[in-house]
Amino acid sequence: MGMTLDAPDFHVPTSWEQALAVKAAHPEAVPVAGGTDLMVEVNFDRRRPPALLDLTRVPELAAVDRVDGRVRLGAGVPYARMITELGSELPGLAMAARTVGSPQIRNRGTAGGNLGSASPAGDCHPPLLAAGAEVELASVRGVRRVPVAEFFTGPKRSVLEPDELIAAVHVAPATGPQQFAKIGPRNAMVIAVTAFALALHPEQRRVGTGIGSAAPTPRRATDAEEFLSGELAAAGLWSSRGPLPESLVTEFGNRVRAAASPIDDVRGSADYRRHVLAVLARRTLTWAWDAHRSTEQRTGRTA
Amino acid sequence: MSTTTTPATTPRPAAGDRTSATTGRIGDSPLRPDGTLKVTGEFAYSSDLWHEDMCWGVTLRSPHPHARIVAIDTTAALARPGVFAVLTAADVPGVNRTGLEHADQPALAEDVVRYQGEPVALVAADHPETARRAAAEIVVEYAVLPALTDPRRALDPDTPLLHPSHPTGNLVREVPVRRGGPVPDAPVVVSVEFEVGMQDQAFLGPESGLAVPDGEGGVDLYVATQWLHTDQQQVQRVLGIGPDAARLHLAGVGGAFGGREDLSMHVHACLLALRTGKPVKMSYSREESFFGHVHRHPAHLRYEFGADDDGTLRYGKAELTFDGGAYASSTGAVVGNGGTLGLGPYRFPVVELVARGVYTNNPPCGAMRGFGCVQAAFAHEYLMDALAERVGADPVELRARNGMREGDPNITGQTIDSAAPVAELIRRVRDMPLPGERGTDLLGLPGGVGNTTHGEGVRRGIGYSVTYKNIGFSEGFDDYSTARVRLSVTAGEPVASVHTAAAEVGQGLVSVQAQIARTELGVSRVVIEPADTAIGSAGSTSASRQTYVTGGAVRAACELVRARVLERAAGTLGVPAASLRLDGDKVVAAGGEVLAGLADVLGDSPVEETTEWRHRPTVEPDPETGQGDAHVQYAFSAHRAVVDVDVELGLVKVIALDTAQDVGKAINPDAVLGQIQGGSVQGMGLALMEEVLVTDGQVRNPSFTDYLIPTVLDTPPMRIEVLENPDPHAPYGVRGVGEPPTISSGPAVAAAIRAAAGKDLRRVPIRPEHIVS
Ligand SMILES: Cc1cc2nc3c(=O)[nH]c(=O)nc-3n(C[C@H](O)[C@H](O)[C@H](O)COP(=O)(O)OP(=O)(O)OC[C@H]3O[C@@H](n4cnc5c(N)ncnc54)[C@H](O)[C@@H]3O)c2cc1C
Repeated sequence: MGMTLDAPDFHVPTSWEQALAVKAAHPEAVPVAGGTDLMVEVNFDRRRPPALLDLTRVPELAAVDRVDGRVRLGAGVPYARMITELGSELPGLAMAARTVGSPQIRNRGTAGGNLGSASPAGDCHPPLLAAGAEVELASVRGVRRVPVAEFFTGPKRSVLEPDELIAAVHVAPATGPQQFAKIGPRNAMVIAVTAFALALHPEQRRVGTGIGSAAPTPRRATDAEEFLSGELAAAGLWSSRGPLPESLVTEFGNRVRAAASPIDDVRGSADYRRHVLAVLARRTLTWAWDAHRSTEQRTGRTA
Repeated sequence: MSTTTTPATTPRPAAGDRTSATTGRIGDSPLRPDGTLKVTGEFAYSSDLWHEDMCWGVTLRSPHPHARIVAIDTTAALARPGVFAVLTAADVPGVNRTGLEHADQPALAEDVVRYQGEPVALVAADHPETARRAAAEIVVEYAVLPALTDPRRALDPDTPLLHPSHPTGNLVREVPVRRGGPVPDAPVVVSVEFEVGMQDQAFLGPESGLAVPDGEGGVDLYVATQWLHTDQQQVQRVLGIGPDAARLHLAGVGGAFGGREDLSMHVHACLLALRTGKPVKMSYSREESFFGHVHRHPAHLRYEFGADDDGTLRYGKAELTFDGGAYASSTGAVVGNGGTLGLGPYRFPVVELVARGVYTNNPPCGAMRGFGCVQAAFAHEYLMDALAERVGADPVELRARNGMREGDPNITGQTIDSAAPVAELIRRVRDMPLPGERGTDLLGLPGGVGNTTHGEGVRRGIGYSVTYKNIGFSEGFDDYSTARVRLSVTAGEPVASVHTAAAEVGQGLVSVQAQIARTELGVSRVVIEPADTAIGSAGSTSASRQTYVTGGAVRAACELVRARVLERAAGTLGVPAASLRLDGDKVVAAGGEVLAGLADVLGDSPVEETTEWRHRPTVEPDPETGQGDAHVQYAFSAHRAVVDVDVELGLVKVIALDTAQDVGKAINPDAVLGQIQGGSVQGMGLALMEEVLVTDGQVRNPSFTDYLIPTVLDTPPMRIEVLENPDPHAPYGVRGVGEPPTISSGPAVAAAIRAAAGKDLRRVPIRPEHIVS
């Protein structure tokens, strides 16, 4: 077909510098990475970008580096690589990546795109929250790092400025067990009805959490984190690695549930989301704590 | 009788030679001609149609479930460069009404819209995007009317009538079934109110087609459909053109399941093509597709069974209400099935049942695989379990004891005059090996890759179901198919060509037709001509009927051709024709000695025969009592579902879905298995997740993001036992295969979930929140 009908401008930078320059010159240009969110919006006619900024030829975005003891995960790294390359350093993120879509989506979809969409249901977000990750944002004006908990400002809204791009996320490698669990009404290829991530940080005597799909933004269950960290410390459990009292697990679940403010929608009711959050919080804590305890036993035996 | 059993995991070795396009007789499973193309993505579906200088049509649809159209202003749309035409109801040249049973639906809305998504205007433009933008510039002024969205209120005296000219008001049809006198007392009574949600066919190829004007007022329409001739009649009526002025050609069909029995873009593309004088292509998006076809009727089911202390049924009472939505479509026939078959394959001395379908402002509902039996099965199978529990009987034995047998009358008094192996089927699924203990792999656990349980909260449940369905069109419908078969010589070889108008929608009829021709004519080379309206009707690809009816027509035409060829050979050879056969491309004697090459007998004089073939007649059931021989044939199937349920999260993993089905005769055993697997999964989908969610007449999930169908990870291994009890009344003894598994699988899954969760769940799909609440 000859006719193009005011098709959007299409910018194809081949370096990060160029990409930032294009974004500065054309703040209306919408970045496209894997396209697995954006093209759905376009196909459904919910969005008509005046210009597109293709990020797939920017090599810097596809890199995984180690910077200051943290993993720097390029915004263009697809889920498939998170699974194969980062399973031991970022186990929570890798677990979340395994639950994303289908093999096709995991080959195309990226962490940058997940953050860029800023959906409350994005599966990267809970493990990044639990791990205390930072998002690296860049523009020709410079680079800034934002804790992921401060990145989201509302449903599908973030602190990203019109001239900025997401460069990477910085995540400390796991020092303790991490878990991610996601509820969907079918056993694969499903958007989270509710998701929960948990990370134990034994060296900091701290517990990290992330809640997905149960509030206007992904969020931490801060009160539950503090409660659990405090109780574990008070009972000397971090070092004794003794079993968790049932009441502690239950109360943790209740506090995670209380941290949510879900809605009723086609995917599930608010009540259901609250209910399952408590269950997932209890289960993931139990699994993570069991793993924590057996790590100790293993090192104890080999020492 | 013979039985084939497939193991749960290992693929069954194919019967016959699958690599050659020239082999495969009845009972073999030859490679299907469209198979490789479909698997490799090369098959041309209707959405791939293309024509030089074609333009694109789009549809403007109503955003309201019920509104008066006050005014339509198309000025701005028409002024957009690239737009060739903008049409409204005022531009319809013929009778602006379509519909399968009642012509009650305008091709384009006139003064009223009755459902969200009803077509209001059309645009043709040089580019789909131009057409969409122009459509958005059409200004329609609506006066919104209160919407009737609760089917239980449809018949209230104060409810306004949606189709004032319909003789029975908002009642599309009511079918009472009364048998055996007044309902007696019974020592054991069980009852239920059950609800079935609205399922979608979820075929993969959205509605699409191409209309090419012939310059003389006629049009050729290439379209994905189930029944070319009923489309043709409706299209011609709306266009106001004469017989055969619209010629329909089957384009590549990406699944149907009933959703392509009604018109979608057919008339619209033709209207635009005749107006613009250009070929017009229309192709729905996935979202539009949800508004472009009818769905399975949601149903409200009120059932009561009375029985002796030992569980022997004394009576069945039922009231079935089907929500037909805004237009009748095939609601009448669905109600007919719900009524005449609504109590399942059991013996009831006394029956008091009424089935009704009503108009509402919800999306129109019509044909979908299982057609009225699917909904009813959830209720009767629920009650068989409830009864078994009440009398302390085994649910399988209770079903076996009450199950129909050959020679029994069903609830309409029709004698089941071929195999009715209810007891055998349900016992067979019970006796299949059970799956092993739950493993630790996440993929085998409820929640799957979601990592929601490592075994916590998981309980196992087993559920059974046995159901039956009519095959072919019922209630006195003149149900026939037309086939033309020609034997000729090409490049020295005899070739049979088979021409019908039967729609291949993915089920494999193209293979079956060739297998029949090879078997009947003893030839290797068979060409299946494209389906079109150049030949008489083949009837619909629905009601599991094409192998039976079009298969019957192809066989009949082959027999006529064979008789003439053998006559000719007999003349030359000087032997009686009755002593000759066709085999291996040769004319052979009874003993098998080759007497002549078929190509030599045919020479330059091909033999061609066209014939119409009908199954035995049926009658409309008595309007007061529902009694009568309403159906042609019955097909029986049973399922056993084994599920693991995480009772704290409400998540389900179906571990096994095993089935036994009587197919009469497996013409193509692999195709039979394919139908049983696919049908079982579609029924399971309704039990677990598939629902078009409608609130106040608005569809809330018109996408595959939120209308979920089972993925391969939701689909368990299936053990399938295929019984072949030939039906003496049917060609080759066949029994329809496609629908039965969709009917019996869902109730088995629902029963298994109830057993695992220990919850009295009376609605499908069973959502996670129903299990935990
Ligand atoms: C079938 C299917 C299944 C899916 N399943 C899941 C699932 O299970 N879990 C899940 O979380 N998601 C799922 N998704 C959604 C999607 O795949 C993910 O959100 C994915 O991470 C998006 O990444 P992408 O690279 O494809 O983003 P794109 O679609 O390319 O972009 C998404 C948004 O981010 C912006 N963006 C992209 N990169 C940058 C950047 N570097 N800087 C600034 N902005 C940027 C884009 O402008 C756009 O607004 C699914 C999608 C589909 C189609």
